[in-house]
Amino acid sequence: MPDPDSSPDRAQFTSGQVRHLASLVRIELTDTEVEEFRSELASILSHINALSEIETAGVPPTNNGADLLNVQDDDASRPPLPREQILANAPQREDEYFRVHAVLDQS
Amino acid sequence: MTTQTNSDILALTLAEGRRRLLDGELTSVTLTRTFLDRIAATDEQVHAFVTVTADSALAQAAEADALLARGDATAPLTGLPIGLKDVLMTRGVRTTAGSRMLDNLIPPYDATVVAKLREAGAISLGKTNMDEFAMGSSTEHSAWFPTANPWDLDRVPGGSSGGSAAAVAAQQCIATLGSDTGGSIRQPASFCGVVGLKPTYGRVSRYGLIAFASSLDQIGPFTRTVEDAALLLQAIAGPDPLDSTCYDAPVPDFSAQLDRGLEGLRVAAPREFFTDGMDDDVAETIEAALELLAANGAVIDRTPSMPSVPMALPVYYVLAPSECSANLARFDGVKYGYGARGGESMWADMEATRQHGFGREVKRRVLLGAYTLSAGYYDAYYLQAQKVRTLIRREFDRVFAEHDVIVAPTAPTVAFRQGEITDPYQMYLNDIYTIPANIAGLPAISVPGGFGADGMPVGLQFVGQRLDESTLLRAANAYERLAAWTTIPTRRAANIID
Repeated sequence: MPDPDSSPDRAQFTSGQVRHLASLVRIELTDTEVEEFRSELASILSHINALSEIETAGVPPTNNGADLLNVQDDDASRPPLPREQILANAPQREDEYFRVHAVLDQS
Repeated sequence: MTTQTNSDILALTLAEGRRRLLDGELTSVTLTRTFLDRIAATDEQVHAFVTVTADSALAQAAEADALLARGDATAPLTGLPIGLKDVLMTRGVRTTAGSRMLDNLIPPYDATVVAKLREAGAISLGKTNMDEFAMGSSTEHSAWFPTANPWDLDRVPGGSSGGSAAAVAAQQCIATLGSDTGGSIRQPASFCGVVGLKPTYGRVSRYGLIAFASSLDQIGPFTRTVEDAALLLQAIAGPDPLDSTCYDAPVPDFSAQLDRGLEGLRVAAPREFFTDGMDDDVAETIEAALELLAANGAVIDRTPSMPSVPMALPVYYVLAPSECSANLARFDGVKYGYGARGGESMWADMEATRQHGFGREVKRRVLLGAYTLSAGYYDAYYLQAQKVRTLIRREFDRVFAEHDVIVAPTAPTVAFRQGEITDPYQMYLNDIYTIPANIAGLPAISVPGGFGADGMPVGLQFVGQRLDESTLLRAANAYERLAAWTTIPTRRAANIID
């Protein structure tokens, strides 16, 4: 197998960047995780960076697994899923609502 | 009625099982009970199943026997026991995707493939283990436990559909469904010595498949034979009003061309699939397979070059994390699954939910996806990867203008030992030969191709043209007949854990 560290230019990644990314995707990380991800993400990015060497001027992007465009659904109603079965999976509920921490400051 | 030992029953194919049920040589209850007993006897070692649904399986089997007795068993898979990867939604049956995030999810609906298999008469024995949210190549990243390779319990079964592959290899059921985003059906099929088919993207509905990377994910079968793969694909293929990325194309009879043989079949072996990244034992096995194909009527062309194919892996590691970063945003601890509470704000609860609900592999990919999608990097990573994806698709189109199928190794190595690979990128390299078919949306199959180091199985991969699973299955079936691995591999694996 090829050596995963064979790429000459390992990308740089700071712990501040990792924390910023984690805040964007709403994941709390421990200090250990930040340090591990910093090094692993840098390693992965150094391999991904090979993409920049490919000439793609005038090449359209492929953003779909199939070649389908503007697939339309019939404008008809379907029976919804049973409310009780959906609420039964909620981490916390109150009557017929999902219960969460207050979103707005109540003061 | 002929005498059937347990080992006869455990080695059955869907096709032969169907025949025996129709002929009254076997009942579905006996068949189902034999496999449930097998799971009970072996799964402490293999750990292929997360959930076993014994009671409902036996109840379904009794219903199937009633239909069979009345001569009403027109549904093609009536009474035949299968397993389902735990990434497929099953109404009323816990579905975890291998994640703590979904520890206690009881889906209120079935995935379309699950509903179709039910209509086809199949009996689900339960849900099979997998890498968390289908991210991994070893099934070591399940939140519950790693699955072992039935050929050597110290080795991984591959992944992410490792439980589905191991269950068929260990003869715990006749067939299973898995999902394949970058090789998650074909690589474990290779490692476990079974058949694994990834259909054309859009051939099979993804409704009710817990999404990883939506432009790449596809559901497909694990079986003992290519004939069975055709039967199972037949049952799950076709358009679905609930999945607008499904082709509204006619579904052919996938078994019709199985026996046409290799004569005149134009087979490409592009240079970029035969690189020095492959271990020697795999290379030798694949070369022997190519010689066998050539000696039996296939026209093997080793001249095609696909220079963008080596870029498929970097393209994948931009596109898949980007898409998963968006898809996994839905796990917010509010509507279903795990939800942390007691933080000082809604955001604190959400961040704690995702900290404790996701494992390391998932977190790393979500972070990577957030990076490649973020302002300032989007054009350099995501857009560039989409453009290179176009180049890769065009190279496949060029090869298929003059060839019927592509042949390649499935994986660069045989199954490795548990804990052997710790570097993420080294793990990703497992999928270098499988990812290109996902990038191009093409159907591909791995069939047992012989044995490599330590007698471990090696998979041979065929890649077909868009929506031409028929030719793909014809080539794979012809090879399987020639090599006669059909019953040997799983019998050998099954002996190891007996």
